Amino acid sequence: MADVTASDAALRRFLHGLPGVDAVGLEGRAAMLGTRSIKTTAKAYAIDLAISMIDLTTLEGADTPGKVRALCAKGVHPDPADRTTPRVAAICVYPDMVKTAKEALSGAGSPPVHVASVATAFPAGRASLQVKLADTADAVAAGADEVDMVIDRGAFLSGRYMQVFEEIKAVKQTCGRADGTSAHLKVIFENGELATYDNIRRCSWLAMLAGADFIKTSTGKVAVNATPPNTLLMLEAVRDFRAATGVQVGVKPAGGIRTTKDAIKYLVMVNETLGEEWLSPQWFRFGASSLLNDLLMQRQKLSSGRYSGPDYVTVD
Amino acid sequence: MAFAYAPAPESRAVVDIAPSYGLFIDGEFREAAGGKVFKSISPSSEEVLSEVAHAGGDDVDAAVKAARTAYSSWSALPGAERGKYLFRIARIIQERSRELAVLESLDNGKPIRESRDTDLPLVAAHFFYYAGWADKLSYAGWGPDPRPLGVAGQVIPWNFPLLMLAWKVAPALACGNTVVLKPAETTPLSALFFADICRQAGLPKGVVNILTGDGSTGAELVAHPGIDKVAFTGSTEVGKAIARTVAGTDKKLTLELGGKAANIVFDDAPVDQAVEGIVNGIFFNQGHVCCAGSRLLVQESVADEVLDSLKRRMATLRVGDPLDKNTDIGAINSAEQLARITALADSGEAEGAERWAPACELPSTGFWFAPTLFTGVTQAHRIAREEIFGPVLSVLTFRTPAEAVEKANNTPYGLSAGIWTEKGSRILWMADKLRAGVVWANTFNKFDPTSPFGGFKESGFGREGGRHGLEAYLNV
Repeated sequence: MADVTASDAALRRFLHGLPGVDAVGLEGRAAMLGTRSIKTTAKAYAIDLAISMIDLTTLEGADTPGKVRALCAKGVHPDPADRTTPRVAAICVYPDMVKTAKEALSGAGSPPVHVASVATAFPAGRASLQVKLADTADAVAAGADEVDMVIDRGAFLSGRYMQVFEEIKAVKQTCGRADGTSAHLKVIFENGELATYDNIRRCSWLAMLAGADFIKTSTGKVAVNATPPNTLLMLEAVRDFRAATGVQVGVKPAGGIRTTKDAIKYLVMVNETLGEEWLSPQWFRFGASSLLNDLLMQRQKLSSGRYSGPDYVTVD
Repeated sequence: MAFAYAPAPESRAVVDIAPSYGLFIDGEFREAAGGKVFKSISPSSEEVLSEVAHAGGDDVDAAVKAARTAYSSWSALPGAERGKYLFRIARIIQERSRELAVLESLDNGKPIRESRDTDLPLVAAHFFYYAGWADKLSYAGWGPDPRPLGVAGQVIPWNFPLLMLAWKVAPALACGNTVVLKPAETTPLSALFFADICRQAGLPKGVVNILTGDGSTGAELVAHPGIDKVAFTGSTEVGKAIARTVAGTDKKLTLELGGKAANIVFDDAPVDQAVEGIVNGIFFNQGHVCCAGSRLLVQESVADEVLDSLKRRMATLRVGDPLDKNTDIGAINSAEQLARITALADSGEAEGAERWAPACELPSTGFWFAPTLFTGVTQAHRIAREEIFGPVLSVLTFRTPAEAVEKANNTPYGLSAGIWTEKGSRILWMADKLRAGVVWANTFNKFDPTSPFGGFKESGFGREGGRHGLEAYLNV
């Protein structure tokens, strides 16, 4: 599909030529999938899968090495009382905490818990390309396995698609390491700022064409983050992208997913839109912090038959 | 390991079905005068649910007399008082909605997700809506004091047993009529539960009478000289017979009959949502929907793309136990209907259309039909012309908007149509030209009590729902 990114005009024509999104229909479909009733064995499977898909996140101005180390320990052994609990997929931090997280996870063994770093002047992305690339390079140099970049929403909304495309490509290049490997790139749209479903579909294709390994809904820092409909739309986009190009891209909803019930709704959407091939931490992630404890409480309930309480899961 | 959903059955314990039921006449349940009974079975398991009385001529007579007696005081009540009863019925339906949803899924075979999320909320909404009209008839546009018609004889189908009851009973009572209603032979139970709700609401005796039976009971009812109004929803064939019976009398008649709706997808349609709309159009309620989008008209330039998406989506439909909360497609309502669907689908193959259905395991007992689509269908095929009333979609293509209109209208029916395009002006242009009672734009099978519903041509006449729905029950 190289020709669609050959020029600004070609890219614009392609993105504006994608099928429209009917908001009522999309929201209706997401709501219908939300009525699936996931019980007993299916629930146990979904809870463990959801835990293994979490990018356990702390993105606060008040983050300290101590806080990050505590989060890393939690990611490796989410439930200290039950060592059969799966590990989370990654710990997600700001670039300056990558080193701390890498050290904290160094002796954790297998399967590895990755370190994901936000970058490119997260969350606003309002910095020069030079600064964004330096931010990315810094995170990669500190050992980040994954980079969560934000797009320039201003450029996207003013129709400068090629600028957004080139920026993603440049960040992707910067994710490359000296040994030829590359940090995984997740591209954050900030759906709440893109505002329309048509924009979200266009942005999905734009990011995938530019080489995103994952597309991610949001930073968690604005009013509207991941919602079932906007995530469903991105799932449809990765499905169609693979059909068109053969390249499989992952999806990460982030922000606002706090309960087991919510998480299971997202897994149902993945299951019925993309199927088994995407049902692994390699292709689907949850960007979340408080979700993990709710999953753990539900997991304890399933194994013991009774509800525990917030004092039976760890607070970090 | 795949994400397989464990069974999630809705509890049957919430509904208590008696081993036998009588006819509901003059506020009491009583046996049929002739003592005849028939069985109502669950189409998903063929289990006998209950034995119900089979009303004959004497019972029809008794019910009409009871309704006639009740009419004088019921029609004399102030509208606000009638409204109170209807509001009360609506609230009781809401309170008992889980029980009624389970009952409906057991007796009809429809998935609990639909009876719970579509049928029951709409049933309650219909009663609430017409309860609101009861004291506002003077402002409905028919002068200061429009009068009711008298006793209404109502015959309803098996596809939405309780919802069709609501469509008939709510406006009739709001306008001051009394009713004798005959539910379908295969789905009598929810109407009998409704009789109980009428008693619970303290509705005066004789205002609502329920006669269970088969086609012969319905024929006796519509032919009875004591009724003033006939309302029927069902097949075109029976509708025609009723029209012949009523001809020459001063009974008023409304008919809501079959359909062969076109669901028209243009090349600029929102594809993913259009596919959802196609699925909802034809597989909702196993396709047992008079306004089902049973003919897909897709623009040739996007036909392959749409069909690929549609097949992928159909492969995710979950067919099985109607009481499982994750079931999308339940059981076919009766052996008779299954035979009819099977015969028409076979004719599609015999006439050269290409049949496709996703791999899906059907239960061994009960009546089942896998969601099926036919490509390469032409206007000359039986499956493009006759109402199948099952989960079978006929796919045709078109090249221009004018051709789409021509093909969509080229049917003896005219109940509904769907248009899928992002272009607003085309929606308006199409809606103007389609001869169908309901035209949905970028959606399908959406119902609302405020919106009138009814057909063109052989799909019937008269409107149900909305302000228009009052007209069928007023002497105006």
